Amino acid sequence: MIVVNGLRKRFGPKTALDGMSFTVAAGQVTGFIGPNGAGKSTTMRVILDLDAADEGTALIDGRRYRSLHRPLTHVGSLLDASALQPSRTARNHLLWLAHSQGLGAGRVDEVLQRVGLSAAARQRAGGFSLGMRQRLGIAAALLGDPRALMLDEPFNGMDPEGIIWMRGFLRALAGEGRAVLVSSHLMSELQDTADHVVVAGRGRVIADATVAELRAAVSDGRVVVRTPSADAGVALIAAGASVIAADGDTLTVVGLAAQDVTAVLAGKGVPFSEVSAHRPSLEEAYVELTRDVVEYRAGDAPEGVR
Amino acid sequence: MSAGFGRLLHAEWTKFRTVRGWLFGVAAAAAAVIGFGVLPGMSGSCHDHACRLPTGPDGTEVTDSFTFAHRSLTGDGSITARLASLTGILPPDPGDDQPQGEGPSHGPATPGQGRPGLVPWAKAGLIIRAGSAPGAGYAAVMLTGTQGVRMQHDYIHDVAGPAASADAPRWLRLTRTGDTVTGQTSADGSTWTQVATVRLPGLPATVEAGMFATSPQYTESTSEVFGLTGAGGGPTRATGSFDRIVAQGGWSAGTWQPDKIGGPDDAPRHGAVVDGDQVTITGSGDLAPAVSGAAGLGTTITQTLVGTFAGLIIVVVIATMFVTAEYGHGLMRTTMAANPRRGRILAAKTVVIGTVTFVTALASAATTVTVGRRVLEANGVYVHSVSALTQVRVIVGTAALLALASVLALALGVILRRSAAAVTTAVLGIVMPYLLAVSVLPATAGQWLLRVTPAAAFALQQSTLEYPQVINIYTPVNGYYPLPPWAGLAVLCAWTGLALGVAAALLRRRDA
Repeated sequence: MIVVNGLRKRFGPKTALDGMSFTVAAGQVTGFIGPNGAGKSTTMRVILDLDAADEGTALIDGRRYRSLHRPLTHVGSLLDASALQPSRTARNHLLWLAHSQGLGAGRVDEVLQRVGLSAAARQRAGGFSLGMRQRLGIAAALLGDPRALMLDEPFNGMDPEGIIWMRGFLRALAGEGRAVLVSSHLMSELQDTADHVVVAGRGRVIADATVAELRAAVSDGRVVVRTPSADAGVALIAAGASVIAADGDTLTVVGLAAQDVTAVLAGKGVPFSEVSAHRPSLEEAYVELTRDVVEYRAGDAPEGVR
Repeated sequence: MSAGFGRLLHAEWTKFRTVRGWLFGVAAAAAAVIGFGVLPGMSGSCHDHACRLPTGPDGTEVTDSFTFAHRSLTGDGSITARLASLTGILPPDPGDDQPQGEGPSHGPATPGQGRPGLVPWAKAGLIIRAGSAPGAGYAAVMLTGTQGVRMQHDYIHDVAGPAASADAPRWLRLTRTGDTVTGQTSADGSTWTQVATVRLPGLPATVEAGMFATSPQYTESTSEVFGLTGAGGGPTRATGSFDRIVAQGGWSAGTWQPDKIGGPDDAPRHGAVVDGDQVTITGSGDLAPAVSGAAGLGTTITQTLVGTFAGLIIVVVIATMFVTAEYGHGLMRTTMAANPRRGRILAAKTVVIGTVTFVTALASAATTVTVGRRVLEANGVYVHSVSALTQVRVIVGTAALLALASVLALALGVILRRSAAAVTTAVLGIVMPYLLAVSVLPATAGQWLLRVTPAAAFALQQSTLEYPQVINIYTPVNGYYPLPPWAGLAVLCAWTGLALGVAAALLRRRDA
């Protein structure tokens, strides 16, 4: 379990972390979502004691990262899939990492097989596509068979087949009881993968919930009614609902649940072709939540495009 | 060593050996050191034993070439004489018009064509010597060209006496008591000053003693402005006229026997003329340690290691890249995530690069010195002999120079993080001072650089001593460094230690 509590960090005048707090529980995939600049990568670097926070703590099973012996057996991480010496082979890249943890070549071959890179093991990593590098990075994270995994944007550069593989793989890792933290700036990548979502913006957590809770939070109980009859609105208002929009044959009402709307219309004999509760997608929920914290938006003139 | 550090060492070694370019680089560094040393770059004319130098009582190669007038002395005794005059002939002034137009005279100019004058270490005085064999032990008290009265013995030892001009007559006395010899001097023959008492272990009961004169090669360094210091000069001779000679003790009967020790057999106009109470001796040569270099004879094993600078450049680049490549590719974060104790990362990298370099350089230097010496000798170059201890110091010292420089470069890599900046700084700081000092810089500037920069450790390669009583071009290009070997090593150690300290502090403090 990874517990992040009240992290604050400034880079010069820029606040990178502003009270970041969340927990990554064992046995599930926790999505770590937020626009670029939200502090996701910085948080991960602080957890790994690569960057020092000005305030706050990040603990792995109650201990600071730097106090872990053979840390890769506690936390496996993938921060940057391109962090490779290009002239070293994939296998040798894993081999030095394995040696640093007192592991042998046998373990290297195991993880290469698990990520599907056995055939490319003796190729120079410099020639790998970004998708292959992501797999190699996952292999490196798995070397120490850690209880916690932390992956920064692992879907980057993957082809659709790779994305499907990665989703299944992350689910499998969580299924083995590991705590899996996966960052992304695209909610859609995590839609069917994450059990729990931590949404970050401007260095702090703006939502921390299960996927279902997150959807419900942005859902406002609107019901859309499609009907050719002009009596529908009157009937629903009489039943206590408010019509907030009418557009041709479509009404949007609030104040009644979808099944109540159906009952009212059916009871009054008003014909309708569709009654549906408006269910925002995770993506909409995310856009809604991060509307105020996106640093650079289309139309703005950012000083540096990321 | 903790298990944790052992794992880290293993990891860093795996890192190093799995980048083929670095392994090739190490091989190239070895090839550069060996290649420069064994490729025939010098040739000479010493193809037989004719130029084998005599060795003195302590095994040092010596110049033993002088003229003297002697008698045998058995047991204790003394000789006193007045050196009435000391004069000499120098080679023709290189600035004079020379019809041949061959530039500064180097070799066979006959002193007889020269101008009057004395070289600083022209010598005339009294000598007690174990025999006439080359390199025999001796003690002598003498007046010199410009260095006053001196007491010298067994070639390498020199004690200064009173300052005295070669223009005024000078009284000298040498007294043997057992195996000690005392030298005295006087300006007027009545008030005497002791110069020194020296011990000549194993001095036989019967020795040859008398008056001598000799005069070393005239040496002048040329074109120092552009650093390409050369030597001009030629043979000289000195003439001492002795009178009021008093010999006390067990001297053999008869007159003073003229004799010439060492030097070419056809050396002109040397000789001792005995005329009653007056003895005039003209000599050329020296009684001194033999030195190598521009004004000396042959070369030393240091010459074989001339390729060290090339190996050093390669090693410095590899060592820097060993760390800056990690920063450049973002791998340093992976390394630190695997080993959160950052000081240990630096330590492990230091051990790996230092050991790889040391072992490679040790093998290369040992090969180079051994093979290079044979190559030089096969080409007729006289190579001064060195003691086994000195040879070990030169070889191990070369390995230490390369290993420490690699660690310094590694630390610079940690400090600067960028390959280009770190490699440039390391090469400019470590190799460049040496290259400048042996090429374009004036001697004084070059020697200053070789005192304060990491290149000071090149002093470890010096294989012969610098003697103040022998004039020579004592410059780095001739294998003479301004600092003693261990001081040079200490300078490099200090730089390396400083850089490691800064690197460790920055590594701990900085975000990865």
